[in-house]
Amino acid sequence: MTVKLTIMSEMRQIAQEQEKELAPLSDDLVLLDSGFDSLCFAVLVARLEDKLGVDPFTQADDTTFPVTLSDLVRTYENAAAVVA
Amino acid sequence: MPQRSLRDWLNETASGGERFLHGRSAGVALADLIDGSSLGGDLAALDGACVLVLTRDQLTAALTLIELDGVARRMILCPADFAREHLPAVIAKAGVDAIVSDEDTRDLRPLGVPLHVICTPTIAPDAATQPGTRQTEWILFTSGTTGIPKMVVHTLESLTSAIKPRARRDDRIVWATFYDIRRYGGLQILLRAVLDSGSLVLSDAAEPIAAHLERLGAHGATHVTGTPSHWRRVLMSPAAHAMAPGYVRLSGEIADQAVLDNLHVLYPQARIVHAFASTEAGVGFEVADAREGVPASTIEDPGNDAKLKVEDGSLRISSLGNASRYLGDGDLPLAGPDGFVDTNDMMELRDGRYYFVGRRGRIVNVGGLKVHPEEVEAVINRHPAVRVSLVHPRRNPITGSVVVADVVLRENSEGEHADGLRREIVELCRGQLARHKVPAAVRFVPSLTFSASGKLARHYA
Repeated sequence: MTVKLTIMSEMRQIAQEQEKELAPLSDDLVLLDSGFDSLCFAVLVARLEDKLGVDPFTQADDTTFPVTLSDLVRTYENAAAVVA
Repeated sequence: MPQRSLRDWLNETASGGERFLHGRSAGVALADLIDGSSLGGDLAALDGACVLVLTRDQLTAALTLIELDGVARRMILCPADFAREHLPAVIAKAGVDAIVSDEDTRDLRPLGVPLHVICTPTIAPDAATQPGTRQTEWILFTSGTTGIPKMVVHTLESLTSAIKPRARRDDRIVWATFYDIRRYGGLQILLRAVLDSGSLVLSDAAEPIAAHLERLGAHGATHVTGTPSHWRRVLMSPAAHAMAPGYVRLSGEIADQAVLDNLHVLYPQARIVHAFASTEAGVGFEVADAREGVPASTIEDPGNDAKLKVEDGSLRISSLGNASRYLGDGDLPLAGPDGFVDTNDMMELRDGRYYFVGRRGRIVNVGGLKVHPEEVEAVINRHPAVRVSLVHPRRNPITGSVVVADVVLRENSEGEHADGLRREIVELCRGQLARHKVPAAVRFVPSLTFSASGKLARHYA
């Protein structure tokens, strides 16, 4: 599964668990409008660390926080590339 | 009335059935200790000494403790896993002037302790074996994991305050403990065996669990004690049916409903009791209704000499079983101004019952909200596919920390099935815990590690 598909699948799973209404997952979706709260994002980062083997936010100090879904995907793709 | 020593107790219980201390490779009849010694004629030299009891084997340790109570001024009980690098500090702090060991002590010479005595499981007649009259200080190490362990001062009186010998002795009882008898939980069982009735089967850290269980079966162990972690290992062992105890006791960690229920299925004939005790605070209470937690009425009146209260969230105990102080470091007293020792074990009252939720120092902060790892583990362990779990913090860029769970399953699960189980476990937690307490991630691991004191190793703490 690609990084993007993994992220989208985890987001749907977490939304279901946390009983959150998830906005349609388009590239330009602003994450703060996605329906996720802080805890949902915290869980997402933890799950992705297990799935992709990387937490880009604590790995490097200069990682900027992503604004849109495509920013988020790119952050993980870049970090996964560094690890690989 | 002068303090009775352990030898006095042996004298008083000499009549009746034969009683034994069974080690892994040797055994000793307790009656032989009444006019014999395991210390090779050196018992008299230890009169009034401060003795480091540093044996490899638990049998030789037990013999030494029985012989030196009332004779030595102070005994320091080193468990099998005691880290040798702490010896110089311990010897200096406690004023050690003798070492009793069951091994060659030449490598200990540089420590500068004047007297070295060898203990063997062979009892030789010894005219010097008169019961001593001193009030010997018993020094136990706390089971903390880092740095030099603290030394806690007890006496035979404080150690035995919760032991009420039965009116009619019953030497058919065979005690056994998975603990090392040089730790509080195990020492309680050694003392119970000596003061009360019956024989005792000792454990050995190097012995595989299956061989240990076979040995317990061969000796006909009736009263068996250990931590929930010890008992989970029994539940996982194909040799669990090698023994058939009538009494099963859990202490030292939180006994959750899953481990109690599983033990009931494994040993349907056994009375299953969980108890609270700590090295510093002594014995608090026991719970015999086969349910996790403790009735509020037991906290109000535990039915022993202890007074209990929950204050500022933690259990506090005032009893004759309290240790008096820490040794060294200004000899800090253990009890607060109110006479109670704070156990730092946190409890919550729900529907008339108190439940342990974790240690005060182990709270995880998830976005400003508190989580006790143990309360999450208790829920996860209720899932029928789960053997045991360890919940620990993981740093997180959004909330500072989240809790994640390492889970050992009863049977290996892979692929699709594992994903389904992971979802079930998260679902179970969501149904019973606040959102921030639900593990953000669940990993299946083949095993978890245990510390030498028989508790889940919490490396993150």
